[in-house]
Amino acid sequence: MHAPTGRDLRLDFFRGIALWLIFLDHIPSNLVAWGTIRNYGFSDATEIFVFVSGYTAAFVYGKEMRERGFIIAGAHILRRAWQIYVAHVFLFAIYLAEISYVATSFENPLYAEEMNILDFLKQPDVTIVQALLLKFKPSNMDVLPLYIILLLLFPPILWLLQFRSSLALGASVLLYVLTWHFNWNMPSYPSGHWYFNPFAWQLLFVFGAWCALGGAQRLSRVSQSPVTVSIAAAYLLFAFVISLTWYLPGMSQYVPHWLEELIYPIDKVNLDVLRFAHFLALAVVTVRFLPREWPGLKSRWAWPPIVCGQHSLEIFCLGVFLSFAAHFAMVEVSGAIWMQFLLSALGIVAMVAVAGLLSWYKRAEGRSPGSRPKKTPDADLAGGEA
Amino acid sequence: MRTPIAVVALAAALSIATGAAFAAEPCDIPGYLLFGNYELKHVVEAVQKEKKLTIAVVGTGSSILAGPDGPRSAYPARLEAVLKQKLPSVAVKVVSLVRTRMTTEDLARGMEKMLVDEKPDLVIWQTGTLDAIRRIDPDDFRAALEEGVETLHKGGADVILMNMQYSPRTDIMVPLGPYADNMRVVAQQHESPLFDRLAIMRHWSDTGAFDLYAAGKDNVLAQRVHDCIGRGIASMIIDAAHLHPESKAAQ
Repeated sequence: MHAPTGRDLRLDFFRGIALWLIFLDHIPSNLVAWGTIRNYGFSDATEIFVFVSGYTAAFVYGKEMRERGFIIAGAHILRRAWQIYVAHVFLFAIYLAEISYVATSFENPLYAEEMNILDFLKQPDVTIVQALLLKFKPSNMDVLPLYIILLLLFPPILWLLQFRSSLALGASVLLYVLTWHFNWNMPSYPSGHWYFNPFAWQLLFVFGAWCALGGAQRLSRVSQSPVTVSIAAAYLLFAFVISLTWYLPGMSQYVPHWLEELIYPIDKVNLDVLRFAHFLALAVVTVRFLPREWPGLKSRWAWPPIVCGQHSLEIFCLGVFLSFAAHFAMVEVSGAIWMQFLLSALGIVAMVAVAGLLSWYKRAEGRSPGSRPKKTPDADLAGGEA
Repeated sequence: MRTPIAVVALAAALSIATGAAFAAEPCDIPGYLLFGNYELKHVVEAVQKEKKLTIAVVGTGSSILAGPDGPRSAYPARLEAVLKQKLPSVAVKVVSLVRTRMTTEDLARGMEKMLVDEKPDLVIWQTGTLDAIRRIDPDDFRAALEEGVETLHKGGADVILMNMQYSPRTDIMVPLGPYADNMRVVAQQHESPLFDRLAIMRHWSDTGAFDLYAAGKDNVLAQRVHDCIGRGIASMIIDAAHLHPESKAAQ
């Protein structure tokens, strides 16, 4: 009834790629980011990341829940949420340090208005408390809070997925629909709402979890039929053509008005259904043309993204930090194009190196004499869930 | 962000590949960033029938420059100078109605009175920066923008929307993407041109026309950028209203 045992390296592989793309997209003004998938369709690396994380969380904690019960697995999930919270606060401290430095060393009359951004530094008492409450989230720091919420709510969802998987998925869809209908979201400070609405994005996470617990197999007949694959490919092409009009405004005159009315705005906050469908189409086409046993996944060329995908929480945080650092270097040293390419490449090399180091640590600890046998699930090896 | 990153990257890569230093003309704006297919009907009418053109610039802090030269060198004044030069037989007037620390909603609320006071043929509405800084809900932002544009259209004025400045030093702190996207959508749906200042300034930065990373109190950079923005909007107006620069005055 469950997916074949053993790791599906494709998950690690694509999560690793998604981590790289998120890093590249997070460096502001980075020309290299034009190569990332968000420029060629509706969805971006975030969808891949959330889906794979839901999948691996269910894979790892689902097994534990079956073997050791709801309480133990639930406690481990909550501990993971706490780890992510700590990581988020750590990143916030680094972020504060960077922008305080950059901003106070910057006086350019052209940007008098943009300097209002520093207003929040005038009230550290409010801002820092709001940040700890996950209400104040600097840009590029929206993903971890989403994960924290998703994991906090995950134990009962996982329990339901084990016994009534269709019911759990149905509840998730219902919550998504109600969220759209009633405009539910979590409040942000100083105004507005969460950039990744957890009530909407949970759909992708739960869907990933559902796929991990046998859903993918049940779907495989439909999802791998030639008709489905053709529809998915056609939809990807449609999204590609539409995305071209964003960059070549001259082309937007060829998009009929009714179509514009229908599709825009493509809402990232609430996981627009066009984005969700785009992700599904990508997944269908990928699974069709990249089988699980594809030997390339075992080659050394596939190792860098796979090892990054296997240490997702650490590498995600490192990527956010590196994007701050790259921005800092561009501001203080040079923002030239060669610098953007250099920093992008260095960042990815650093992510791979650290992921390799983490793997080495893990192996070394595993081998050391007298080390306790590990009872807790090895979330990282199975892909982690952050 | 839906800036034409791919296109710029391609151009930049080509320039590297051919070994040519990307010798950008100052103020050079590629056509794909500037020209849409929307017509400025009221501008056409005012210029052709009455030989006059009144433009109101409604905006916030990034539409002015500080210092004694500020009013003369900010882009509204530069726009007026260029239009007067290119259309010598038209009575061009540009009024700058800038108020700092205003959100789009604040500005939209003032549109009705502004129409009565100034009776503009064209309104250049620069906005979005403070909304992005304050993280105003993008939906609320769009609703305010739509309300403002509709008020202006009902009041018999054409509209050009102008989005945020490209500010490489602060762009890690302010997520401009959703606001820029919403401005594009509103411009398309209301068939109004968008002066994509974000993409245009980014183009200038990428091609090396301006070093927008520079820090310093020097006003020269700011004045040159505003001059180029003024020229860019002038080209956009002339194109969108099918006005032909008159004789030798043309560049």
